[in-house]
Amino acid sequence: MIRRPLRPLARILRARAEGGNPDAIEAENKRLRHEEMRDRDRARAEGRLVVLGAMFFLAFASIGGRMGVLAASEAAEPTASAGGNPVIATRADIVDRNGRILATNLDTHSLYVHPREVVDAEAAKAGLAEIFPEMTPEELDGLFDTDRAFRWVRTEISPEQMQAVFEIGEPGLLFGPREMRLYPNGPVAAHILGGTKYGEQWVDMAEIEGTAGVEKHFDAYLRDPANEGAPLMLSIDLTVQSAVEEVLAGGMMLMNAKGASAVLMDAQTGEILSMVSLPDFDPNNRPVATMGDRADSPIFNRALQGLYELGSVFKIFPVAQALELGLVGPETMIDTQGPMRIGGFPIRDFRNYGPQLSTTDVIVKSSNIGTARLAIQIGAERQREFLRNLGLLEPTPVEMVEATTARPQFPADRNWGEASIGTISYGHGISSSPVHLAQAYATIVNGGTRVEATLLRRTGPVPGERVISERVSAIMRQMLRLVVSADHGTASFAEVPGYRVGGKTGTADKPDARGRYYDDKVIATFASVFPADDPQYVLVVSLDEPVETSGDLPRRTAGWTAVPVAAEIIRRAAPLLGLRPDMDSLRPTGVTLTAD
Amino acid sequence: MTEMVHGTVPVQTGDPVLPRWWRTIDKWTMSCVLILFGIGLLLGFAASPPLASKNGLEPFHYVIRQFAFGGMALMVMLALSMMSPVLVRRLAVIGFAASFAALALLPVFGTDFGKGAVRWYSLGFASIQPSEFLKPGFVVVAAWFMAASKELGGPPGKSWSFGMALVIVALLAMQPDFGQAALVLFAWGVMYFVAGAPMLLLLGLAGGAVAAGAVAYDQSEHFARRIDGFLTPDVDPRTQLGYATNAIREGGFFGTGVGEGTVKWSLPDAHTDFIIAVAAEEYGLVLVLVIIALYTTIVVRSLTRLMRERDPFIRLAGTGLACIVGVQAMINMGVAVRLLPAKGMTLPFVSYGGSSVIASGIAVGMLLAFTRTRPQGEIGDILLRRGRQG
Repeated sequence: MIRRPLRPLARILRARAEGGNPDAIEAENKRLRHEEMRDRDRARAEGRLVVLGAMFFLAFASIGGRMGVLAASEAAEPTASAGGNPVIATRADIVDRNGRILATNLDTHSLYVHPREVVDAEAAKAGLAEIFPEMTPEELDGLFDTDRAFRWVRTEISPEQMQAVFEIGEPGLLFGPREMRLYPNGPVAAHILGGTKYGEQWVDMAEIEGTAGVEKHFDAYLRDPANEGAPLMLSIDLTVQSAVEEVLAGGMMLMNAKGASAVLMDAQTGEILSMVSLPDFDPNNRPVATMGDRADSPIFNRALQGLYELGSVFKIFPVAQALELGLVGPETMIDTQGPMRIGGFPIRDFRNYGPQLSTTDVIVKSSNIGTARLAIQIGAERQREFLRNLGLLEPTPVEMVEATTARPQFPADRNWGEASIGTISYGHGISSSPVHLAQAYATIVNGGTRVEATLLRRTGPVPGERVISERVSAIMRQMLRLVVSADHGTASFAEVPGYRVGGKTGTADKPDARGRYYDDKVIATFASVFPADDPQYVLVVSLDEPVETSGDLPRRTAGWTAVPVAAEIIRRAAPLLGLRPDMDSLRPTGVTLTAD
Repeated sequence: MTEMVHGTVPVQTGDPVLPRWWRTIDKWTMSCVLILFGIGLLLGFAASPPLASKNGLEPFHYVIRQFAFGGMALMVMLALSMMSPVLVRRLAVIGFAASFAALALLPVFGTDFGKGAVRWYSLGFASIQPSEFLKPGFVVVAAWFMAASKELGGPPGKSWSFGMALVIVALLAMQPDFGQAALVLFAWGVMYFVAGAPMLLLLGLAGGAVAAGAVAYDQSEHFARRIDGFLTPDVDPRTQLGYATNAIREGGFFGTGVGEGTVKWSLPDAHTDFIIAVAAEEYGLVLVLVIIALYTTIVVRSLTRLMRERDPFIRLAGTGLACIVGVQAMINMGVAVRLLPAKGMTLPFVSYGGSSVIASGIAVGMLLAFTRTRPQGEIGDILLRRGRQG
């Protein structure tokens, strides 16, 4: 340490007195101070550089250490659970109203290949070609002759296939566990269930997502782990569904129809017990949408998505409304003299029923002119309001994704003129699905309260708003019963002993692509209720282009096609539904029990 | 050393350049750099063919390019290391000005190569990333300013250099390139630390950084997710990090063998940001430890030599240069072993990339020029002290 002079100027004063240069001394002082500062600075920097060096050394050492720890640990197989969102593997089952399984999961394996680990690609290709005959040589080449680290071979394989692949002995072929969606009943209820596909796929699991039907509509519910595997219970009755499918398929073949559908609904609650659309498919192997007309594809649900002009089955709506409004009574005579012209549009009956028919006979004989006259009295506004109350002008509330797109087609308000009033009264110029029709029939016959179709199990009736009175509903049931039971009724083939079937037929010409009607292609529909005096079930059967050829001339009307099929369905399904046939009204036939 | 023989036989002024260079250069650091460059080529043979085949080029296209760039980098390094500190400083100032202008003009003339950040100039046959060249230039200029502030009546160089750092950080953050921005800020911080930052300020800064991190964690979901992802023990195996970690594990101590690695096929950045994973997989922990030792040697040895340095400018500039090289290597490898959150950063000399390798050559060339043995006036000190005592 240099001791700082107490009097810094002393030296300068002395130097000045001795004739020296004070500036030099000043400069010397400055230099010394600078040097001192620099030394201090350097000492400090030295210390800090040591700190810095040590920090770097430690940092590098810890990286090296960490590398060592990592290198010593085992390499992990990639798993889906690490990072990202957890995936729920187990999808809830779907069961019918009695708890029988409609859709469940099955543990299986996927097959994938690590092309770079393959030892003998040619042998593996040959082996796989034998196990999976549907694989083309190009497909096999694509699997093995690639730079990719990974390729799926099959997303799900059977235990036998797995064993066979295992026996190829190729280390590059690997199996991953996974769950697949299984529909144990095959095509039964295929359209209702829809289908699933794999979403995100990993080696050790795959995400199942619904692609159609209930599977898609309830996708979130079925995946939700909060439900803890509680199954989704539908209103479908598996036994009835199966019986209806079988009978309908037979009927479709007998009637040479190209398609058919049936809806069986609880008239009080709106629960759909059975909904069938033919041709159908196996949801375990859901076909892709085909080219051509979508409405002819097996995956198309005719009962729910098919919008058709359903014809005379609509006649009960203007009649019920006219009764409700007090315009006519059941026995009021209505002018049915043809031909009739409204809005420049001729309306004819199937055959001439004479100058007058009672209201009941308008239904029983199915007079277009009679219903058109009633509808004209009702007017467009009230007709539209009534159809809306029956749910015929909006998509059905059925819990399937396809339901929302099935939007009935009908004229806009400003086009709903006299011609429309007339044609709509007998079911032309308005398109709706069989499910719509079943809903509307249930509303008319069940005492008059609005019914909303559902696929979910309901515990009791859900009273909807009143559409028609109890009285009118009872009259309508009598009329429907007469259509079947009267000798001259259009649906006399629908008589099923003991079940008191009532219903209404409808035979509608099909429009072609340009909107003109075919002469020889019809949609034949039968909408029925049973038992008519205690309405429990509504059944709508619809056949697409049926021809009944047992007679001299081909017959296409519903009375000859849809009605016998519906009767057979009721004969099979009613006992399954637990309905007691009313034996009191039956005359004993053949066997007489005597006791002596 | 001429002072020692002052007054005797007049000698030839300035002995031959090469022998003097060989005598005074830090041979250890230089050898480490050369070895690292060799390792880089070796790993390039392993890591870059997948990329080349993906881009439809010759398998060793990138190795050949790297060889060419590496040759240029080594020449630049040797040339710089022969220069005097003053000449280095002059060139660095010019280089800094040029690269700063290039950086500022990036938004106008730059290209993003479809990667979302405008960082490059495309020259057709090659691309240039100005921020790589800016770093060594900035370090030298900032060191000059700081050293100047040490003079009596010198300019307020610390504040000036800090202002410069902030402008550069702002420009880089705009691209955005937070990695380089952080590196520039870090280099300035290290130099300020060695230049004598007040202890109180250092503690304050440390506290501030912790507080800012906590606030960012609370406020920014993006930031929080990055940190959470870093803190979770499980790493998603489908990310680059997952592949890198797995590659290190696969490699074990002695590696899977030359050409046997698979990670290079799955990692898009195998030849740049994750080259250490390729090294670990094919050559094992042994090579990784060698690489780490080489970087450690470069940094620690340079810092040790700088401790003896009297000239504040040389000391600061050398510190800054050694630290940016070291920190870049540290971050790159720290990310691969998940000691640090994910951040793209090249491994100096080893990673593929023309800008990166030439800029590293410049930085180390300057460093070598600064760490050369030169008279530190120890005799003067001794004489002075004796004079004072006497």
